[in-house]
Amino acid sequence: MLEIKGLSVSVVGKEILKDFNLSVAAGEVHAIMGPNGSGKSTLSYVLAGREGYDITAGSVSYRGQDLLALKPEIRAREGLFLAFQYPVEIPGVGSATFLKTAVNAIRKHRGEKLYDAMEFLKIMREKRDALGISEEMMRRALNVGFSGGEKKRNEVLQMALLEPYLAVLDETDSGLDIDALKIAAEGINSLRSPERAMIVITHYQRLLEYVVPDYVHVMADGQVVRSGGKELALELEEKGYSGFGDKAEAAA
Amino acid sequence: MAINTETAQTVEALTEERYKYGFVTDIETDSAPPGLSEEIVRFISAKKGEPEWLLDWRLRAYRRWLETAEDTPSWANLDYPEIDYQASSYYSAPLRDEDRPQSLDEVDPELLATYAKLGIPLQEQEMLAGVAVDAVFDSVSVATTFKSKLSELGIIFCSLSEAVTEHPELVQKYLGTVVPYADNYFATLNSAVFTDGSFVYIPKGVRCPMELSTYFRINAANTGQFERTLIIADEGSYVSYLEGCTAPMRDENQLHAAVVELIAFDDAEIKYSTVQNWYPGDENGKGGIFNFVTKRGACRGRNSKISWTQVETGSAITWKYPSCLLIGDGSQGEFYSIAITNNCQQADTGTKMIHIGKNTRSRIVSKGVSAGRADQTYRGLVRVQGKADNARNHTQCDSLLIGEKCGAHTVPYIESRNASAQLEHEATTSKISEDQLFYCRQRGIAEEEAVALIVNGFCREVLQELPMEFAVEAQKLVAISLEGSVG
Repeated sequence: MLEIKGLSVSVVGKEILKDFNLSVAAGEVHAIMGPNGSGKSTLSYVLAGREGYDITAGSVSYRGQDLLALKPEIRAREGLFLAFQYPVEIPGVGSATFLKTAVNAIRKHRGEKLYDAMEFLKIMREKRDALGISEEMMRRALNVGFSGGEKKRNEVLQMALLEPYLAVLDETDSGLDIDALKIAAEGINSLRSPERAMIVITHYQRLLEYVVPDYVHVMADGQVVRSGGKELALELEEKGYSGFGDKAEAAA
Repeated sequence: MAINTETAQTVEALTEERYKYGFVTDIETDSAPPGLSEEIVRFISAKKGEPEWLLDWRLRAYRRWLETAEDTPSWANLDYPEIDYQASSYYSAPLRDEDRPQSLDEVDPELLATYAKLGIPLQEQEMLAGVAVDAVFDSVSVATTFKSKLSELGIIFCSLSEAVTEHPELVQKYLGTVVPYADNYFATLNSAVFTDGSFVYIPKGVRCPMELSTYFRINAANTGQFERTLIIADEGSYVSYLEGCTAPMRDENQLHAAVVELIAFDDAEIKYSTVQNWYPGDENGKGGIFNFVTKRGACRGRNSKISWTQVETGSAITWKYPSCLLIGDGSQGEFYSIAITNNCQQADTGTKMIHIGKNTRSRIVSKGVSAGRADQTYRGLVRVQGKADNARNHTQCDSLLIGEKCGAHTVPYIESRNASAQLEHEATTSKISEDQLFYCRQRGIAEEEAVALIVNGFCREVLQELPMEFAVEAQKLVAISLEGSVG
């Protein structure tokens, strides 16, 4: 599914990712943990194709394609989804309208029939009920006046509707209280499937109690400093980021 | 049709007479030679078989125009070359069928591509592109059906020329009473040489059952250059009027100077919606229509209401301030505007709300979008006169910039001579952020489509004011107007 090899990335001359390697197969859930500034969000933006990041070395292969050669919208249409840490507000654009535009853009790319308004509303209703998102919320402008929890649930809803092959969730747990976290986690879990891979970026082990990963990677100073199974997250919870090598300690 | 033959004969007689004054016109092409003179004004009036009073009025306007020739308005934030008024022709009859394109195959493919993007049906495309069509063309019969329905209610909806002949008492009573011929340079020019336009009269207590659209007024399709429209809503009546079209219209005239006058009596309401999409010129600003328009509505009656909604996406130069004179106590004026300028387009547009009666209210919502190297200015006046107790105005003025080379300016004038007035003005200027664009693209939406989506969101409050069918087309138009503005 995803093969990142020797990836080095800088932002305005400062190297953020250094010889970063990661391999993700279909059906797997990988958690990436690490202190602030370790390069987690940079990784998510580079995968999604945001401008302003200089790729100085390495390669990323995604479902047999050179990911880095694709425009952001093509990556999305090819099934790469990023759940944003800070979803952006777009005044005047209804959430449902936005989602329908996105879903149809992706369906068009895949040669599938476009949904009309009625079909789309029906499909959206099923998905949003499961996430406890009200119809009223979908009528509001995208993310405008949404609470932190509403924004994150809306990200999960978008993921559910866009049915990606690879989902990158960037701190989807931050800003959520325990109830909202459980709902979001259920939404994420319901999307786990043998065809779909996920990279869950998080600060805390809390989310991983509900979304249990197959692998956990600890990032520090732009690199994976340690990888292991789900028990690694627990170890982190106990010991903190110290004890994961000098780099992690220095970064923490 | 009988009128046309008659007119033609009269005209033929008259033009022969003019000949001895050294005035030559080729009757075959049916156009006046370039230049503006008293003779041309007389020629236009004669062509249309107008009564003496109207010719006199035109001539007074023409003389006034001569006196003020040095005085073209220079206060607007617009930069354009001096217009040579003697270079253009002031009258040309509609093209005869044999001069028109015979089928869509002969029409500019770029124009057709735009029609396709707007989703305009083939038959309408033919009409818009000026293709010679059969008399049995659907829209014509639709128009006829509509007309008979309207006349049952006593509603008059016809071309202004027709009204001059059929309802001279109404035209004489109201023409020029809201925008006098001496009002401003371009209104004066229009008064002297206007060719045609719409006339609407809604009788007392009648609610016009359909949106009136110039679109259905086939016979006056070729009146773009100096259009003149007069709408009168008698006591307790209501009318919604749609002007223009989302599709770009074929037009060879560079200078447009239209006048629109609206009159609302007691408890009457006029809703006037415009979509202006004249040719904006190429990417470097070459060509393109200069659009100098005077639009004004008089709320003469108590509790009357006039509402202007405009979507301005075309023209190289737009100079336009649809205004309301709130004379009747309790009358209301509204102005909802979207102005989009791209490439080298310039727009100086806004409104005037003149509060004269007591308890008058006005609301202004202006959304300006500037891209490319375009420049636009919102210019608005809210004036509360001494006797306008408890007048209220709320103005909201938002500008959105796309790219680094465009400009947006806001020039609000607020004058209050009554201490009880409550006036509010809000203004914002913002840019489409990288974050917003990236977010949309991450969801599979291409950059241009994302811009269109964000801009439509920005304009939403105004788009909502448009009649349903118009609104859908206007949204597509917003997208098309901004093509090439990013990336």
